[in-house]
Amino acid sequence: MNGLYTFARPGAPRAAFGAILRNEARLVWRQPAGAITAIGIATVILVILGVLPVFKQPSSRLDGLTPFQIYIPILISFSIGILALVYLPGPLVSYRELGVLRRLSVTPVPASWVLAAQLAVQACLMLIAVLIIFVVSVAFFGQHAPGNPGGFLLALVLSIAALFAIGLWIAAVARTSGAVRGISAAVLYPLLFFSGLYYPVQLMPSVMLDISHFTPLGAVVQATVYPMFGEFPPTSPLLVLAAYALVFGFLARRFFRWE
Amino acid sequence: MTNQVGRDNAARLNEAGETSLAAGIPAVQVTHLRKSYGSLLAVDDVSFSVAQGEIFGILGPNGAGKTTTVECVVGLREPDAGTIRLLGLDPRADRQQVHEIVGVQLQESAFQAKLRVGEILDMYRTFYRSPADTGELVEALGLAGKRRDYYRSLSGGQRQRLSVALALIGRPRIAVLDEMTAGLDPQGRRDAWRLIEQVRDRGTTIMLVTHFMEEAERLCDRVALIDGGRIIALDTPAGLVARAKRGKTVRFVPSGPFDESLLTGLAEVTRVERDGRYVVVTGTGELVNAVVLALHAAGVEARDVRLDEASLEDAFVRLTAEHEQDQGGRL
Repeated sequence: MNGLYTFARPGAPRAAFGAILRNEARLVWRQPAGAITAIGIATVILVILGVLPVFKQPSSRLDGLTPFQIYIPILISFSIGILALVYLPGPLVSYRELGVLRRLSVTPVPASWVLAAQLAVQACLMLIAVLIIFVVSVAFFGQHAPGNPGGFLLALVLSIAALFAIGLWIAAVARTSGAVRGISAAVLYPLLFFSGLYYPVQLMPSVMLDISHFTPLGAVVQATVYPMFGEFPPTSPLLVLAAYALVFGFLARRFFRWE
Repeated sequence: MTNQVGRDNAARLNEAGETSLAAGIPAVQVTHLRKSYGSLLAVDDVSFSVAQGEIFGILGPNGAGKTTTVECVVGLREPDAGTIRLLGLDPRADRQQVHEIVGVQLQESAFQAKLRVGEILDMYRTFYRSPADTGELVEALGLAGKRRDYYRSLSGGQRQRLSVALALIGRPRIAVLDEMTAGLDPQGRRDAWRLIEQVRDRGTTIMLVTHFMEEAERLCDRVALIDGGRIIALDTPAGLVARAKRGKTVRFVPSGPFDESLLTGLAEVTRVERDGRYVVVTGTGELVNAVVLALHAAGVEARDVRLDEASLEDAFVRLTAEHEQDQGGRL
């Protein structure tokens, strides 16, 4: 740019992102509802299921897996879903309401950095949740680490991208903090149902299973369950997740307002 | 030839570096600014120029277009027409560079409830290349004891002080402050004024939107009076007062009845009115002396004497009222 001012370092100072990230992390620490729900509740459910004998019986209707094993990817999808759909858009909408984003937009730092920091913090919580779910099920309930780590990582990345895109879309269309709570709940609970959290979809009529495969959290379960037992994830849930990431990512970008 | 000179200047400017680069050009230049929201014309052909090192005030009634003007100046809103330059830069096209050199205090901007004052300040400090000393800034604004406090625990006045601190933390070349002292107590207001004067003395240009006449009179080198989206007067505070001058006014309670011609006959007096128990005398020169002496000679004592000189507030009320009459006449 040929302005009057030329600076040695173009762009906003790098240290600024670190400072924003640090403050977002502090906020999660001080308002830990999201972390407690996504990590704590998932772990508690896992432990309860792990100690119930009935969940240790392999079932032919679950392709020879035990109900406990089928709940591992379901709880992973629960953690990712609740963080991405409730605890990501919540702060973003309130920052817009408070004028945090507007104030940032008159500094050298782009307001989008606070959004990026939120994504980073929520992604960290998701990874911690996944890690704890595995550590607990391996250490106490005789499970194994994912047999196909590469496939699992790919499934995890696509899952997080898809759910983040939907969460950002909620942040884009919700005008107020009240609205964001309503929309998040209306989106989250049906998706949790189709993920099989309340009752495994494999045990429902087959049409439910078909629908489940096309829902975001159902696709997360589908994509992560195979690599846990050594197989590469099937193509269809990966495509479903990629499609959600692209479509909702586009819509979020199109409709997001900074003020 | 002209081209050659132009190029020489450009070359000299590049060598000279940042500081002298901008010498001589206005800090803020607004030309024919126009902005409407739907059918509402918020700013209608506003032009002004703020010199470097100046404290420039924007005054006007609610809804006059002050905040819209400021939001256009700092690049938050795109003007429908007109140009804006901040030290030669376009606030929207050169966004990044503009925000390096312009510190902004906005109305109605809040922060995360559970961040501490010090954490917000430290974060904003990293946004700028050569930030101010945070300790000095919080000291000057009376926030020194509040650095460990959560934002949500701050009073309205303390939040306001924080937002002034954040506007100045980047050691801006230009500071744009929208209602800087709204919600501050008299002491807080004076602290803020002293700080603004110090900041100006160090070379920062200040653009100030205010409701407070006292603030404009004390701080501003020049004031633009905006009403109905237009600048209706632009002058020094003293110049505005002089323009709206209706002379001095003396109010008093007479100790007994007297003949008004006693006063209307005086050279200093232009008008005598009654306001309840009070007699209100308008005039010029040594008005108080003339009135008191004339009454004394007639055996009447003037009690509870008050002298009102025209203030910026009078000028404000008068000029906006005249403007509204003009508008009415045109309709």
